[in-house]
Amino acid sequence: MSSEHPTEGNEALFEAENLTLVYGDTPAFEGVSLSIPAGEITALVGPSGCGKTSFLMSLNRLSDLVPNCRVTGSLRLGGQDILSSEVDLIALRRRVGMIFQKPNAFPFSIRKNLTFPLQEHGVRDRDKLATLVEASLRDVGLWDEIKDRLDAPALSLSGGQQQRLCLARALALKPEVLLLDEPCSALDPLSSGVVEDLIVSLRGRYTIVIVTHNLAQARRVADQVAVFWVQGGAGRLIESGSVGQVFEDPQDELTRSYVTGQRG
Amino acid sequence: MDSLARSQRGEKLAQVVMWSSAALVSAVFLWMLSDLVTNGLGRVSWEFLTSSPSDSGRAGGIGPIVVSTLLIVSVAMVVAIPIGVGTAVYLAEFTSTESLLGRLVRRSLDVLAGVPSIVFGLFGSAFFCKTLGLGFSILSGGLTLACMVLPILIRSVEVGFREIPDHYRLSAAALGLSRTSTLLHLLLPAAAPGLAVGLVLGIGRAAAETAALIFTSGYVDRTPESVLDSGRALSVHIFDLSMNVPGGTPNAYAAALVLLGLLLLINGAASGLAHRWLGRNIATL
Repeated sequence: MSSEHPTEGNEALFEAENLTLVYGDTPAFEGVSLSIPAGEITALVGPSGCGKTSFLMSLNRLSDLVPNCRVTGSLRLGGQDILSSEVDLIALRRRVGMIFQKPNAFPFSIRKNLTFPLQEHGVRDRDKLATLVEASLRDVGLWDEIKDRLDAPALSLSGGQQQRLCLARALALKPEVLLLDEPCSALDPLSSGVVEDLIVSLRGRYTIVIVTHNLAQARRVADQVAVFWVQGGAGRLIESGSVGQVFEDPQDELTRSYVTGQRG
Repeated sequence: MDSLARSQRGEKLAQVVMWSSAALVSAVFLWMLSDLVTNGLGRVSWEFLTSSPSDSGRAGGIGPIVVSTLLIVSVAMVVAIPIGVGTAVYLAEFTSTESLLGRLVRRSLDVLAGVPSIVFGLFGSAFFCKTLGLGFSILSGGLTLACMVLPILIRSVEVGFREIPDHYRLSAAALGLSRTSTLLHLLLPAAAPGLAVGLVLGIGRAAAETAALIFTSGYVDRTPESVLDSGRALSVHIFDLSMNVPGGTPNAYAAALVLLGLLLLINGAASGLAHRWLGRNIATL
């Protein structure tokens, strides 16, 4: 198992220490310390409501958009404190892209979905835009399917195509990190397989953090696994390590019963 | 089987009740429409629409009155739309529903929306005509109407913004888009149907307004030369013809038919625009 997934040697890109996120008075997760290595795929797994998605949303400070949401502790990206109020959120989010559970293409044409964020980030040259549109659509394997109808509404695409368009939209901005929040769970099995293969094909080029309920998927795609569990009314990280270690030789009793399908 | 039969009977009854209330509402509208058409259509002609009234409106047309009406409504909209959209954006995007200021603004708007138009007329007459010295003018009337339609406009645009699913805002933020460009390029077009509904309701209320205009834009039935001239709105004309001018009823009918046609036209145009912007019908909101 561990031979096909690199487990050592990559430096930590994200370092969370004693990270806690509360909505008003309700903690979503508490005291999470986790290193996320650069260039690898880290899967966050665990039952519903254990703070996985909240953790993901703190990595690009999207949690700032939720009213009454507060994050405490320490969170570093490449050594830089990203919880500080001086962080340039636009630059941070350009560096850390995100894909959501449901495909959320904008109600524009396919082309404009890709060019609009690029233009907002200062890419004005028409030729350059066209090149980037094609390159990012090729990256997600959509180019040949839709190159003749780039001006059709994005919402006319199938769910799987829309999700790949969202991925292309994020990739066009050339991020370092991709956060994926259950990217396959709203798709039919066939599209889900296509998107999953796509994620695997991005290994090494991006640091990927994926939230998933699907343990089999985590085992197939991830290098590192972090298991979240609700303990004492808040989500906690109960175990993390390489995919081989967590699935073959879990240290925590809960993890053992979770990965063997007895709980969760 | 018995309970099934009973529930089917109940279903049938509910259908009949719903159907007949819908039919009743349509019947009232059709009755009014047919009354207007039978009494007014014979007089409506290009001549009627363009010529000046004579003999206190018993004869002649409504040309200057149509011009005044359009000017008054235009002034009202030019003033109300920027203020209305700005306030709605502030309420929907920058304040939470529980915040003190948000609650205060919303409560004030709800109270304003319920204020009778005659009160707006008195306010406009005191403030715009006298205090600001604009006199009986199209500008005073338009500004008074703007105050009157703002609550409706703001609340429907605000609803338009609140109906936009949150994932638009989240995904835009996740792409590193600024709040301003998210607002301008994504949220504003998505809120267009709400804006169109607000405009239809606002223009409808403004164009049909009588009480607020009598004291502000006045009675003068000449073609206005500027917005500082007094001008008679269609609704004021209809009121005058049917109440103050013996023998004015036939032309009142014709003017009412024109006003109704104007409202239907505006309604159609707004829903057509919303449809084009978003590919959705206002009715489906």
